[in-house]
Amino acid sequence: MLDLLSGFIVELRNAGLPVSLTENLDAMEAITHIPIEDRDAFKYALAATLVKNENHWRAFETVFEVYFSHRGPQYKVDRDGENGESAEDLEQWLQEQMEGMGEGMGGGQGEGLSPEELAEMLYKALLQGDEAMMKAMARAAVSKYAGMEPGRPVGGTYYLYRTLRNLDLEGMLDQLMADSEKDADGLTDLESRLEREEFQHRLDELKKEIEAEIRRRLVADRGVEAMAKTLRKPLPEDVDFMHASREEMVAIRKAIQPLTRKLAARLARKRRNKRRGPLDFKSTVRASLSYGGVPADPRFKYPRPNKPELMVVADISGSVAAFARFTLHLVYALSSQFSKVRAFVFIDGIDEVTHMFQGEEDIMKAVHRVNTEADVIWVDGHSDYGHAFQVFWDKYGHEITSKTTVMFLGDARNNYHSTNNWVVKEARKRARHVFWLNPEPKSYWDTGDSVITEYGTHCDGVFECRNLRQLEGFVDHLA
Amino acid sequence: MIDHRFDAVADVRSDLANVQYLADDGIASVVFLADRLQKPVLVEGPAGTGKTQLAKSVADMIGARLIRLQCYEGLDEAKALYEWNYKKQLLRIQAERTDGDNDWDSLHDDLFSDEFLMTRPLLEAIRAEDPVVLLIDEIDRVEVETEALLLEILSDYQVSVPELGTVVANQIPLVFLTSNNTRELSEALKRRCLFLHIDYPQMDREKEIVLTKVDGISENLADQIARVVRSIRQLELKKSPSVSETLDWARTLIILGIESIDAESAKETLHILLKYQSDIEKAAKELSD
Repeated sequence: MLDLLSGFIVELRNAGLPVSLTENLDAMEAITHIPIEDRDAFKYALAATLVKNENHWRAFETVFEVYFSHRGPQYKVDRDGENGESAEDLEQWLQEQMEGMGEGMGGGQGEGLSPEELAEMLYKALLQGDEAMMKAMARAAVSKYAGMEPGRPVGGTYYLYRTLRNLDLEGMLDQLMADSEKDADGLTDLESRLEREEFQHRLDELKKEIEAEIRRRLVADRGVEAMAKTLRKPLPEDVDFMHASREEMVAIRKAIQPLTRKLAARLARKRRNKRRGPLDFKSTVRASLSYGGVPADPRFKYPRPNKPELMVVADISGSVAAFARFTLHLVYALSSQFSKVRAFVFIDGIDEVTHMFQGEEDIMKAVHRVNTEADVIWVDGHSDYGHAFQVFWDKYGHEITSKTTVMFLGDARNNYHSTNNWVVKEARKRARHVFWLNPEPKSYWDTGDSVITEYGTHCDGVFECRNLRQLEGFVDHLA
Repeated sequence: MIDHRFDAVADVRSDLANVQYLADDGIASVVFLADRLQKPVLVEGPAGTGKTQLAKSVADMIGARLIRLQCYEGLDEAKALYEWNYKKQLLRIQAERTDGDNDWDSLHDDLFSDEFLMTRPLLEAIRAEDPVVLLIDEIDRVEVETEALLLEILSDYQVSVPELGTVVANQIPLVFLTSNNTRELSEALKRRCLFLHIDYPQMDREKEIVLTKVDGISENLADQIARVVRSIRQLELKKSPSVSETLDWARTLIILGIESIDAESAKETLHILLKYQSDIEKAAKELSD
């Protein structure tokens, strides 16, 4: 047990969770108080002592499922392709269940369920929301459709895909809806929406169960360490903007909301506490009363320094669009921390999009409008920083003042056009600060058509900004 | 060493249910462990999911007094731990003067004795003779430096007062810290605590909560409420409805005498659930689609 637990903790650290020695010891002590057969309590005991950040919960759960998955003969991948004993047991159990339902379906024992029977039973289980039944069905479906072979080097997603394709869950959802509508003699819109969501929820549960089932079998086949390694994923704050999958995008978007709140609170606090102002006479006199009129406790006024003005100039060409989106999102969520935010987007032409954010409460909608409405194509829709910057300078350059911070976002991949880096140089002369955020890893800078250094020498700072953690660090630096 | 307050996780859960707090497995396990390991619990989660209520209910459950320290920016030692009652001390000195008896030693010892010490919540929790539950609310509001104040009490259950020495707890209180996560708490603090994240409840649990907390609600209506709320939480909103808002909504529906929710009545009462105009519009549009 101790070995397993220390292996588990090593894997958590590998996955990026900061687990300290004391936390490790706490975990060891915690599980002595928990009856080992209570799996949920065991899991929560480990979580409470080891995971101190809600964003890490997912990573923890994955590792937990791998290390402490249900073990036993019934999860073996069949060695010879035939149905093992356990599979027969399961089917027998299912048969009994069917008969219990008063169905009396045909199909002798041992022959296994036909696909139609399986679908039928699954449908029933979904309709009634019978959890035990759904779990059993997930197992049956995996045995039947996934076609898992021991030692085959394919990922779990492949098996998942095979299983789901055979089950046709979409079709099942439509059928469930049709049935429930028939039962209730027509539903109102709201009711049918809620009903659909309920079924969708059950289907999601089923999918999760199937996934877990496949994972269990893979663990049994390949061993714990190998499996943990394949499942290892970066934490949301470390996911690379440029290579995020759709699921990870959603996770990042979710993470950005609390992040903005956190940053806004921190920035406001920082601004207030930064400097002491002149003596606050009134307050000092009042405080002196408790010392018998001796001003022992001088009070100061806290000045409220001007908030910076911000100009964001973002490349939104395909290669860096995701990055620009998140940055704009973050900047606008923080707009209360700046006296004025103006946004410009470019590919080879440039357009001001400030008005799209103004009066639009929903940032996602605004970003969508930017992507569809902004006029950013001049010739061919390939990045041309030189031209975009030139136009930027001619049109808006005179609006840069000593209060303005200019922020360029982009990978500086210029398709070998002229760079016009004098724009950045001139901008720096007028502006308070000029920063450049580059979503590419540092090692790629200045390779190929990247001209980041030509721009970078004229900036106050060039920052690598590939994930939320770095973005957060930069915004903190900014205000 | 001392006898434990709970025998098993299941007991915690049923006891909490008796005081009308429906815990899930995670909550019950952590409360159980907090008692066994004698560690404070750091509770985090969105606003209005019952973080503070958990501490109150636990106090209620074990029949303890709840001592609450509300955190805010600028909280200091004098407000959290203890303060010398200098006015009284001054009076004491003056009284001494009129006596004409100038025994400095006895005066000095006198001045810094219990009589002049004003206990604040943390010290009070440590010195309490009766069972107490200490709630440190919204810990994320204090500055990082102030957090350090808490470390001694959280790990060793003691407070050092320079003039008096170290005050050690008579009994280990259950300690809950809540945080709305507006800033990252320091590692030192996190390390000393058990961590519990309370999220919006699952639909079934939410329904149970509505049923226990709202008088005279029908099972059917509670079910509908839970479903609609789940549906709304799936939208991307500025602020998802919290449990307390769900309860408010349920009560509103009861007062209005609505027995089953349709799109119309839902739309008219949405402002109870959602607090931003843009959220209300979005949800109204979604529900009528």
